Amino acid sequence: MTATIDPDLQLRLYRSMRSIRSFEEKVAELFYAGRLPGFVHLYVGQEAVATGVCANLRDDDVITSTHRGHGHLIAKGARLDRMMAELYGGIDGYCHGKGGSMHIADFSVGIYGANGIVGGGLPIAVGAGLAARVHRSDRVAVAFFGDGASNEGTFGESLNLASIWKLPVIFVCENNGFTQFTPTEQLTAGIIAERAKGYDVPGVVVEADDVITVHEAARQAVARARSGAGPTLIEARQWRFRAHNEGEEAFIGGEWKYRTKEALEAAMQRDPIENLRLQIDDPDGVARIDRAVAEAIEAAVAFGEKSPLPPPEAALDDLYA
Amino acid sequence: MAVITITEAMRDAIGEELERDPNVIVYGEDVELSVYGAQNGLVERFGRERIWNAPLSEATFVGAGLGAAMSGVRPVIDLMIGTFTYVAMDQLYNQAAKLRYMSGGQAKMPVVVMCVCGARGSAAAQHSDSPYPLFMSASGIKVVLPSTPADAKGLLKASIRDDNPVLFFEPLSLLGEKGEVPDEEFIVPLGRADIKRRGDTVTIVGVGATVKMALEAATTLAAEGIEAEVVDVRTLRPLDENAILESVRKTGRLVVADEARQPGLAAEVSAIAAERAFDTLRAPVARVFTPNVPVPFSPPLEGAVLPSAEKVAAAARRVVNGAT
Repeated sequence: MTATIDPDLQLRLYRSMRSIRSFEEKVAELFYAGRLPGFVHLYVGQEAVATGVCANLRDDDVITSTHRGHGHLIAKGARLDRMMAELYGGIDGYCHGKGGSMHIADFSVGIYGANGIVGGGLPIAVGAGLAARVHRSDRVAVAFFGDGASNEGTFGESLNLASIWKLPVIFVCENNGFTQFTPTEQLTAGIIAERAKGYDVPGVVVEADDVITVHEAARQAVARARSGAGPTLIEARQWRFRAHNEGEEAFIGGEWKYRTKEALEAAMQRDPIENLRLQIDDPDGVARIDRAVAEAIEAAVAFGEKSPLPPPEAALDDLYA
Repeated sequence: MAVITITEAMRDAIGEELERDPNVIVYGEDVELSVYGAQNGLVERFGRERIWNAPLSEATFVGAGLGAAMSGVRPVIDLMIGTFTYVAMDQLYNQAAKLRYMSGGQAKMPVVVMCVCGARGSAAAQHSDSPYPLFMSASGIKVVLPSTPADAKGLLKASIRDDNPVLFFEPLSLLGEKGEVPDEEFIVPLGRADIKRRGDTVTIVGVGATVKMALEAATTLAAEGIEAEVVDVRTLRPLDENAILESVRKTGRLVVADEARQPGLAAEVSAIAAERAFDTLRAPVARVFTPNVPVPFSPPLEGAVLPSAEKVAAAARRVVNGAT
């Protein structure tokens, strides 16, 4: 199967995943250096999901994202510098410092926002799908959400609505093994992908240590949505490699409270970036991407560092259209 | 001018906007048969491409309205009954109200969520609230509640054309009230109060159902030599504070009548008057509102808690004549 993979696609997917990983590692460094207000939920380990899905999307397709949203935004084409400025709380950030890490949006490339409420983005993606139907366009919408959101009411409601109205929506559930600090299997009955059956929606499970597998599942779901055949639910399984939020130990009273070091180390053997790199027969191309990404991250940090903080009176702007 | 009911006026407003703008769509709880009537006959005229029934998934179909609105559609969503806003609360209070601000002004959400509010006819507490006080504190949502057919039509058309989320409450007890509505195209802008009766003895501020009570009270009071000025705020957010203050400064006396439990309009208007017109007040402010209990079922209990023209008149006499 790997023999048939387009080398250009491989490099494109690698670049996206590398950008996400490097961005997140830099964010962690800045967070612990006390440069960033608030707190951050990083996407390290799950890069293949956002990358594999968004590689099938156009700029005018829509995504909604989650509190762990940086990866989705980068994969969908958000600018690293304006994302970083938002994390700093600066006026050049995507939201002029009104949103922060969990709420970045870029409507110019169809990013209807990361969302701080678990399950909050699914209905909005359904609405973007509804608009595509009203406008008779072939745009599609993707709702990214976690295993925790699969237990929210909006999950079942959104699957039902998208199914009966045959909306072009791809529901991507990232099962990263933990609903915050509780193992998913303690909170979540059955197999999430199989819940789709009850709504007459196809549901598939993919192992998200392999970006090519994710890409192919998403390709089929996007094609189905564009053709007017309706929604698909993809459950992508892959642990997050880092904390729920950076500095989680301070909230839960220490390290290794909800998963063991051994289990995490085993999970980290399933690294989607390493897996793909080993498949790419172009070391120069990989090295070029690594250098370009490193430069882009440094430029983003410099942009974020020098972006002025907003004046207090700006707190009352942007409320009404 | 045609004489029609509030329900008919809302139906005409929706029909005209469907006609005018192909981006306007209507969906919600049984809109095709239209339980309270605001969509009566519209599915026959416009078809299910433009108006159709939604499953009972309040949170999701409200949220879908936001996503559709962000994409250039102008959804008019019927929740049927005001208390169902509570089921959709996250999508209203956390999403609709906040996403424009949180995205730094990127999200544009021209969506109208409509539902009846108020208590009449022993529906009991879970079908009988006036939920707008909650949304008066939800920055980013406009909140509308008309009291006449002409206002209902003009405000609903303005709401559909507005680029912000609008929560449009229909006054349950007034839906069958008839009134004159201009034959030509018109809009009533959001954020402007209307003086429904001129007077110089006491200002009565009301909204929706209590406007009618205030006007009835004013007729009674006029026979006693008390000339009440009735201010219909019409939109609770944005609130036309200047119109209220201008009237209070003229009369020096204020009654606020509100069918909702408090804090709400009555609390807010009282505070505004205390802050900005204290020197012109000649008597303490009086409030008429539903006490802090769920609206009860049995008719004498329901009647006991709801405001009425008599309660409004009594409050006006208190502020004019002193405590009795």
